Amino acid sequence: MLLPPNTILGDEVKTMTEYEITETLDVKGENCPMPVVKTKQAVDDLDGDEVLEVLATDPGSMSDLGGWADSTPGVELLEQEEGEDVFKHYVRVAE
Amino acid sequence: MSAEEAGGDADDTPSRAELAARVEELEESLAAIEDDGGKKMSIIATKGTLDMAYPPLILASTAAAFGYDVTVFHTFWGLDVLHEEHSKSLQMSSVGNPNTPVPNAIAALPGMDRLTTRMMEGRIEDNDTATIEELLETSLEMGVEFQACQMTIDLMDYDEDDFFDGVTTGVGAATAVQDMAEADIQLLI
Repeated sequence: MLLPPNTILGDEVKTMTEYEITETLDVKGENCPMPVVKTKQAVDDLDGDEVLEVLATDPGSMSDLGGWADSTPGVELLEQEEGEDVFKHYVRVAE
Repeated sequence: MSAEEAGGDADDTPSRAELAARVEELEESLAAIEDDGGKKMSIIATKGTLDMAYPPLILASTAAAFGYDVTVFHTFWGLDVLHEEHSKSLQMSSVGNPNTPVPNAIAALPGMDRLTTRMMEGRIEDNDTATIEELLETSLEMGVEFQACQMTIDLMDYDEDDFFDGVTTGVGAATAVQDMAEADIQLLI
């Protein structure tokens, strides 16, 4: 094949580098309502197009942060990842 | 395009100028709606036990995170949650609560409330649940307005200085009703 290496992985590589994380918020060990409340506070400190990474251990954060992002203007939930112990959320602030 | 076409026909087709004026008018009223579009939540908090102090604070801080303009009107035993001294020692009782492991007949004995409270405090700590103080501070930081009902401040013989900094005093039921009337969500807890 004449295709350059990485072609097949291209898409995957792209989704991982599509955004750069500006800040990371660690709310591991904290429970409802803190992951959402602290995410909101952290997002307020960011500028447009910046991305916040939220690391949580609260399983409820998957649904709560999704719901929060859905009904909050000016933020976009880019991705949620369910790791073994940590739930990762990526929130972009609108420009 | 001729001047006649631009001006519209004689019948009911609106002219371009009329349409432009109408669009401008609608944009203005839309801007007014958006300006006033802040969502509001109004909570009346009437309970002062350790377990019942939580729901108003959790909902208030969460709604603030959702961008709501939140007011929590504390009245009767709810005042203790805003009371700087009392909020540190909120109690809980198993009496009347069959979901706790202590039977009512035993729960009514002297000292049992302290045991139930300690049990609850232990669970809060083990579970890393936010403390009442933490929730209050966070909510205040996020702009939640906590109001202490004046009539019950007098009734309980509290002083206005007994409450946390940032708590509004000197308000009554009329303030609460007005607030509820304007709110998108109203809760009595």
